[in-house]
Amino acid sequence: MEKRLARYIWTHTRGQQLWILLVVAISMVPYFLSFDLPKQIVNGPIQGQGFDQPGATQTFMNISFDLPWLGPVTLFDGIDLTRMQMLFALSLVFLVLVIVNGLFKFYINTYKGRLGERLLRRIRFELVDRILRFPPSQFKRMKGAEVASMVKDEVEPLGGFTGDAFVQPALLGGQALTALFFIFMQNAWLGLIAAVMVGVQALIIPRMRRRLLVLGRERQITARELAGRVSEIVDGIGTIHAYDTSNYERADIASRLGRIFKIRYDLYQWKFLVKFINNFLAQLTPFLFYCIGGYLALQGRLDIGQLIAVISAYKDLPGPLKDLIDWDQTRQDVQVKYVQVVEQFSVDRTIEPSIQAVAIQDPGSMKHPLAAVNLSLADDSGAKLLERVSVQIHPGETVAIVGGAAGGGDMLAEAFARLTWPESGKITAGGDDLLELPESITGRGISYVSADTYFFYGTLRDNLLYGLKHAPLKDAAYEGSGAAHRKWEINEAKMAGNPDHDVNGDWIDYQAANATDRADLFAPVLSVLDTVQLSKDILDLALRSTVSPDDHPGLAEGIVEMRHALRDELEEAGLSSLVVSFEPGAYNTEATVGENLLFGTATGPAFVGKAIGRNAYFRSVVGRTGLDRIMFDMGYSIAENAVELFADLPPDHPFFQQLTFMTADDIPEYQLLLQKLKGKGFDAASEDEKGAIIRLSFRYIEPRHRFGLLTDELMAKIVDVRRQFHDGLPENMRGDIERYDPEHYQASASLMDNILFGRISHKHSDGSKRIRSIVSSLLNSLGLLEQVIDIGLDFNLGAGGKRLTAVQRQKLNLARALVRRSDYYILNRPLPGLDHRLQDEIVRDVLKLVRRDGRDPAVVWVLSNTALSSLFDRVLVFDRGMLVEDGTHAALVENNGIFKELVSS
Amino acid sequence: MGTEMLLKDEVQMLRRVPLFSNVEPGKLKLLAFTSDRVSYDAGEAIFHQGDTGDAAYVVLAGKADILVDSSTGPIKIAEVETNSIVGEIAILCDVSRTATVQTTTAVEALRIRKEHFLKLLTDFPEITIEIMRVLADRLSHTTSELSEARSRARKAE
Repeated sequence: MEKRLARYIWTHTRGQQLWILLVVAISMVPYFLSFDLPKQIVNGPIQGQGFDQPGATQTFMNISFDLPWLGPVTLFDGIDLTRMQMLFALSLVFLVLVIVNGLFKFYINTYKGRLGERLLRRIRFELVDRILRFPPSQFKRMKGAEVASMVKDEVEPLGGFTGDAFVQPALLGGQALTALFFIFMQNAWLGLIAAVMVGVQALIIPRMRRRLLVLGRERQITARELAGRVSEIVDGIGTIHAYDTSNYERADIASRLGRIFKIRYDLYQWKFLVKFINNFLAQLTPFLFYCIGGYLALQGRLDIGQLIAVISAYKDLPGPLKDLIDWDQTRQDVQVKYVQVVEQFSVDRTIEPSIQAVAIQDPGSMKHPLAAVNLSLADDSGAKLLERVSVQIHPGETVAIVGGAAGGGDMLAEAFARLTWPESGKITAGGDDLLELPESITGRGISYVSADTYFFYGTLRDNLLYGLKHAPLKDAAYEGSGAAHRKWEINEAKMAGNPDHDVNGDWIDYQAANATDRADLFAPVLSVLDTVQLSKDILDLALRSTVSPDDHPGLAEGIVEMRHALRDELEEAGLSSLVVSFEPGAYNTEATVGENLLFGTATGPAFVGKAIGRNAYFRSVVGRTGLDRIMFDMGYSIAENAVELFADLPPDHPFFQQLTFMTADDIPEYQLLLQKLKGKGFDAASEDEKGAIIRLSFRYIEPRHRFGLLTDELMAKIVDVRRQFHDGLPENMRGDIERYDPEHYQASASLMDNILFGRISHKHSDGSKRIRSIVSSLLNSLGLLEQVIDIGLDFNLGAGGKRLTAVQRQKLNLARALVRRSDYYILNRPLPGLDHRLQDEIVRDVLKLVRRDGRDPAVVWVLSNTALSSLFDRVLVFDRGMLVEDGTHAALVENNGIFKELVSS
Repeated sequence: MGTEMLLKDEVQMLRRVPLFSNVEPGKLKLLAFTSDRVSYDAGEAIFHQGDTGDAAYVVLAGKADILVDSSTGPIKIAEVETNSIVGEIAILCDVSRTATVQTTTAVEALRIRKEHFLKLLTDFPEITIEIMRVLADRLSHTTSELSEARSRARKAE
């Protein structure tokens, strides 16, 4: 990138800079005219100069002014007007000039602003473009947050400066020179004095500013490092908590902030010192005029009139001079920032832009073998990771790479993926160096997966299909204002040197995923998800989520229908006791007392959480039926039991997990409450105490807690109170509760709850597992699976995919590659988190999957489990960076070499 | 399903388990409360060989077989009696299940989660000693069976 900011700005904005200079020059005309006008109004019509006789007229619009060197210029001869007419005419002209000046200013400022913003956009894009082209080794040395702060914050002031880069010095310099010229005209000696003082200022101030620049650079670097550290804290928060190092981090941040403060304070001190000296020098000149000029005048060597003229001419000099010096300060400041950033982004061996050029057309398959030729790889310290390896992977071949931890096979895989660049030797595909082939060939023909998973913030679907988004294949359709906006976007992008690909277009290469368009993408995606055994997880995600029936038309009806199908299915399998359904006229023993009473999900403020205990209507129903006393007694027994069981345990005891209706901290409170209420009962308790006790009974489930508190009569009573509660529910509370209804979808409950419409019995050890498998097969047979999986694919993965487990991330990582149709799959220990049985299954299934539809891609799999190498055509054995054995599994077993050792160990 | 089983009944049953015979009733009630009551039909597997072990089971009623996979199919190596504990090895040694336990009759069992079980051992030495006794018993049983098998094998040679 260009090292000098001024040149960079000039190269990209030359035309606009010249235009704005011209506009500024033209704007000077009305500007100077408006200076002269007030004098004319006061002297002419108001004071009556030239209107000595009543009825006298004067020429209006005889606009003439003095230009240096050109003399008087007359633009218009004018018309004759009376004194009053003249007053209004001149005032109107003044008004017009005010408006014209304002409009000029408005235009100039907007134009300069837009110019700056476009340049800022260009720089930012160029920087990110460079990041995308950095060689892989560069990323070992840079912190993401620091780079982000450079792109975002550090170049920001450049935009503001761009508009002023050439206009300001031209304008101010012109003004200052004019003023200086006028002084010279009055008196050459005094002019010389003024010129010398300006020279001193121009010499001293920039020198003093050098320290400012050094401090500015330091400020920039320390602030950038701070951003890097903050992001390290965020990324490493687990490590910080694990090792109790939060205070070390606090100390580090505090000391950095201290350093930044010191730099900034130094900066302020210097800045104002420079300002002080600058002002002093500016004021020194009139002092010299008064002192020396006065002396000369008193001596009679200088005309007093001349002196006064010089002093009055001088008042126009310091203003532009000061602005010029300020402009220079900004320039240097911005230049430093720019250089700082550009240095960071000037990296050797960046990838050529042509290699990453957009390729809309499918570049075709890689038919040639992938070959490492005398390939050596080294790490940052220079240690050899792979030494002079030559090997060929033929199209359609399956190759297992095995070896010890530092064998080097994984490094070969990384080199095939272009993640590690050769130290010497090269990797070729049909005679071409892999690094010189366009990424549209290598990045589509080769799919690489390692255990190092990275996912972008977004939905599971976005990430799964990420590997298909190479080029904008279909433009988004725009209409009306949308189309106009798109046109504007394209135009602006071009003006700022940005590409105008539409991010809202369809980037997904359906063909590469074995589909023709969005509609038939599901089948290939599901087969991939099944292969990596992720579909069950995604189904679970979907079943746990709450969806609005409006977003998924037809789903709600299907789910309600499925409730009956599930019931029949369970009946048939003799498992009808597995789920206890909600029935409007019956008590559900597997649900809490509270759920049985409300028989619905609280959705509004009247009933949610603790509000229900304060709800007057609810209390009146419960009080009227006498249920409050019964529930109080029940809660009292529960409290007694809980206190008896748990009173002796320390609060952190794991048994407390089982105590669903209170926490360890509640125990002492209930202990006190029980003592206080002992033998007194309901009437002696205060409202709060009643609430605390009754609340316990709300969460009680007999088969789970087994205190023996529910009788048949009590259950019947609760069902009766439920009926009364719903029958008399006031109109204004109807929206606050969504009643369980066997024939309707419940928008406030999860999909699974909607399917079950009941509770899984506690008696079956693996009840929920069994239900899940029945539900998933039912979804499939009822044709709802696609819609439900689709809901699961909407799951947001969070930052870096952290909302998935490590194992799920590895599976998704593999799925993302398998969705693509590639010629080479390089799988570098992709599933280290999985147990052996699962790895075995997935390796077999993947080898089957890639051969679907008669395709024949090559698979290179770096195995962590050597035993699986028998599934491959060929085995490469690496040891200490060298390829030591190469052959079929059977041949290597015969061979009695390292491979045999590896297999038997 | 049988009739509702209450906590106090379970405590009575637990007292009949030799492992817990010396533990005071209050603690047994806590153990019962923090454990899950689970039921199995005849022929169901309580757990499979190779699974990761996350719980031990006290069989309150019914019987089960202990089976080990072999190249010729599962071999029955022992039987689980009523009132005995099963599945404790996997959670004590942190290994995957060493055998499959399959019910032969309907079984009622108490499922004690791993972390609860370990806590129990540290809190109640009497249970720990009892567990050691059970394990030592099994070891001596296994040792005598092994020596028998070896001598048989030698004779066969």
